[in-house]
Amino acid sequence: MQRRRFFQLAAASGGAALAGPALTACSARGGSADGELLLWSHNAGSPLEIEVTESIIEAFNGSQDAYTATLEPFPQDVYNDTVNAAALSGDLPDLLTVDGPNVANWAWAGHLQPLALDAAVTDRFLPSVLGRFQDELYAIGHWEAACSVFARQSVLEAAGVRIPTMEQPWTREEFDDALLQVAGSGGYQYAIDFSTADTGEWYPYAFSPFLQSFGGDLIDRETHLSAAGVLNGPEALAWGQWFQGLFTSGLANVESPGGAEDFMQGKAAMAFHGNWGALAAADLYDDVLYLPPPDFGAGPKIGGGSWQWAVTSTADGAGANEWLATAVSDEYVAEYANRTGLIPATDAAAELTEHYGTDGKLRMMVDYSKAYAVLRPETPAYTVIASVFGQYTGDIIHGGDVQESLDAMVAEIDADIESNAGYGF
Amino acid sequence: MATYRAPADRRRAWTYVPMTALAAFFLFPIVFMLAASLKTDHQIFADMDSVRAFLPVGDLSFANYAAVFDRVPFWRFLGNTLLVTAAVTALGLVVNSMCGYALARMRWRGRGLVFGLVIATLILPFDTTIVPMVYLVANLPWIGFDGLTPVLEFGWLNTYRVQIVPFIVNAFSIFLFAQYFKSLPKGLEEAAAIDGAGWLRTYWRIIVPLSKPVFATVAILTVVTSPATWNAYLWPLMTVQSEELRPVMVGVQYFFQLDTAWGEVMAYISMITLPMVVVFLVFQRAFIQSIASAGMKD
Amino acid sequence: MAIAVERPVEGAAQAAPPPRRRSRSRAEQRAATAFAVPGVVLLLVFVIGPAVVSLVLAFTNARLVSPTPPEFTGLENFQRAFTEDALFRRSLLNTFVFAAVVVPLQGGLGLVLALLVNQRIAGRNLFRTIYFLPVITSMVVVSLLWRFLYQEDGLINSGLSLLTGGAWAGQAWLAEPSTAMGAIVVMSVWQGVGFHMVIWLAGLQTIPEEVYEAGALDGATPWQRFRHLTLPLLKPTFVFVLITITIAAMSLFVQVNIMTGGGPVGSTSTLVLQIVQKGFQQQQMGYGAALSLVFFCIVLALALLQRRLTRDGD
Repeated sequence: MQRRRFFQLAAASGGAALAGPALTACSARGGSADGELLLWSHNAGSPLEIEVTESIIEAFNGSQDAYTATLEPFPQDVYNDTVNAAALSGDLPDLLTVDGPNVANWAWAGHLQPLALDAAVTDRFLPSVLGRFQDELYAIGHWEAACSVFARQSVLEAAGVRIPTMEQPWTREEFDDALLQVAGSGGYQYAIDFSTADTGEWYPYAFSPFLQSFGGDLIDRETHLSAAGVLNGPEALAWGQWFQGLFTSGLANVESPGGAEDFMQGKAAMAFHGNWGALAAADLYDDVLYLPPPDFGAGPKIGGGSWQWAVTSTADGAGANEWLATAVSDEYVAEYANRTGLIPATDAAAELTEHYGTDGKLRMMVDYSKAYAVLRPETPAYTVIASVFGQYTGDIIHGGDVQESLDAMVAEIDADIESNAGYGF
Repeated sequence: MATYRAPADRRRAWTYVPMTALAAFFLFPIVFMLAASLKTDHQIFADMDSVRAFLPVGDLSFANYAAVFDRVPFWRFLGNTLLVTAAVTALGLVVNSMCGYALARMRWRGRGLVFGLVIATLILPFDTTIVPMVYLVANLPWIGFDGLTPVLEFGWLNTYRVQIVPFIVNAFSIFLFAQYFKSLPKGLEEAAAIDGAGWLRTYWRIIVPLSKPVFATVAILTVVTSPATWNAYLWPLMTVQSEELRPVMVGVQYFFQLDTAWGEVMAYISMITLPMVVVFLVFQRAFIQSIASAGMKD
Repeated sequence: MAIAVERPVEGAAQAAPPPRRRSRSRAEQRAATAFAVPGVVLLLVFVIGPAVVSLVLAFTNARLVSPTPPEFTGLENFQRAFTEDALFRRSLLNTFVFAAVVVPLQGGLGLVLALLVNQRIAGRNLFRTIYFLPVITSMVVVSLLWRFLYQEDGLINSGLSLLTGGAWAGQAWLAEPSTAMGAIVVMSVWQGVGFHMVIWLAGLQTIPEEVYEAGALDGATPWQRFRHLTLPLLKPTFVFVLITITIAAMSLFVQVNIMTGGGPVGSTSTLVLQIVQKGFQQQQMGYGAALSLVFFCIVLALALLQRRLTRDGD
């Protein structure tokens, strides 16, 4: 597949000398039915996650004789580049982790093959951890992540701010007012921490749901052919102006470090942060609350879709699916959640965990995820959408003209879709 | 050696003032890095507003250094970097000097064309062709061995050779060699020919020994500035998937997961910087002299 | 480093190799080919090859990964760059501004440092080493370090606050569109100036001592000696420093990639950053290749212009 693609490219570019080797399809790794299963993951440097994966591999290798699985972890920042480079040369492994929003791009590009898992298995999982592209299932995740507003009960009470619930989330006015109140009361430098230093996927993951709550979106989800109107219309403008205002008025720090560090260090009164930071926050503050995000009109929204497992197009499908069948058991789903603090993807597993069971102290994360999660657009164009959205949202919070930034996003996204003939939509 | 002779000692003492101020400017980030590598994250931030930032004071420990070894296979990475750096440098000296020699002192058809090629590529920054490069190396052939049987393989990704071979040739090195060789006295080859020496022997026995400064200069420049040696970062990120083959700079990424442990970052970047500092301290004088004398012969 | 500026192309063609007997010429052709072939082959495969592929891709809509073959799109990519892509034009401007500031700053400061450490004084080797330290510190490391130093509660601000007796209010250097490029300039000069100090130093050491002795006899002041003796003799070094800094400055990438990602509000976006962002991160390989071609033409034109200007001064 990738070889053929390279040949076409080489031929198209007249690089006949380069095309020679491309004629001979032969893949060095993965792809062959030799009983070796190679797995790639995005989490080098996170030993806890890797340990769980290694324990799955150990159990799998011990349970049968046909296959031997091995794991190769990569640093997350460059993982996507690594996979794309490997795909160019047909050097993909058998299984790999894929961030939810990239599933469509990789499936479209031919990196992935549809999963052969029973519906009975997949139905038990949160819909947002199932990576789909054009009605086929390509990836499945052990966990979900959910953002919420981290705040301290004592601080909110001292400032006279109503504590929101899922039944009655903050409205925009209430939220804006809450920010002003907490900023004024507790001697905090900032009202809320958005971890703006976490560039990359954090921006579309964390901030585009606000846009969707305002009624805008990243792309027209009906056609997947244009961002015009949804990303630069009046709703989007309202979102951009509101968001920019938080930073220009000093309620939020333009240069906040990642990981809600300002909140953890007591510089910001609240934080918009992911559940992976929840336990650390609870260690610091015994009265920390994880509140539902505000409703800006179209209901509260948070980002959905985290890292998932997928089978590559060149993999030994039988072996890879067998590994997956072992891996998606509730036991391992619970184990990841216990080790990493991420949200278990099945209800049965949630009951096996310390914090996500019915009475667990992070149970609300499961509920937020079920009620509010919006998937990032399931289109190959997401690669460009994410990059462009991150870049121009950065401009917006740094005081750039909102309408101009939105128009520039739309222009770049539409140009990309057009030059790829609509990505098959 | 030309130097200014300051007329009076007082004047000489005076020059230490700007020199010391400049030294502080060049040193402070590095001193900060070393001091911070011994502190906890909390202490690093707390010390930021005073001179304590530069001093190893407070609750010090090597915990960050110990943590580095938990997070990355440091010795493996260092070994890879040393291997690749040595190979690129050594092979580069041979290939580029011979090419430079042919350009500078031999008469052959195609010389003008090759020199033009070398000059044109001088201004081609590597970053701008990196994408087609990945395409290329992903599909290059190589003779591998299955036991003792040679097999034709395709694809260079995830190997040492992909980190070495594309960076052996360097237009700037060829250029430096050629310019230096041109400055050597005429007639060396004539004399050697009379003694019955062939081109290779002449090159190896006469030219190379006369050209030590330019070899030293090119070696140092390769280690310090090549995108494939000590600083290799972008290229191995894109072409090397296996952890066993990764170089040290890529290891930096391991510290930027969900939460950044700055103390560990400082410890790691200290560890990957110190070897170069030591090497430079040892060779400092020879380095500057070699560049100077490589330039002197005009 | 006078060597490095000996009229490259023409020099090669004109500088006659040592005269040799005719009988050697065929052997010479064979030997020269053998000497040059490894380098030339590697150059063709790993430098020229990718450049040619890039040149061809510039006229297509090739995508980094795609199930469909690329199509020839003519000048569309270039049209997009110059008429629609405001960020590209901004990056072009930023790159020129960066080069215009860094070239004289780094070249000049490098010369000052070289003059300082060329004095025959105690400890000069130590000072040379200190000034050169940032050069041997990887740009990746340096960028991480300075990103940290430039924070609002970072060391640069506390230092300035200390120096001004608390009058200095904190400034998030990399977060302000008005200061981010300046911050990048300072750290880039900090990192790179030691290299050019060494080059200038090499140039200074090629000047024979007698020149200064003659100057001293004439009763020239140190400034006069510098202006009328040293500077003219440093001309070849000057050309070399000028061209190498220009090329390096035009290729600004690693620092901004790690420190600002081109922001805030496009204020530190550069040509090479755009090439990598568009061509690799956003997978628009054809468009990235087109930007590469534009970049190459600009740098080539600048290098030729500088050579011409500096040669006319002869």
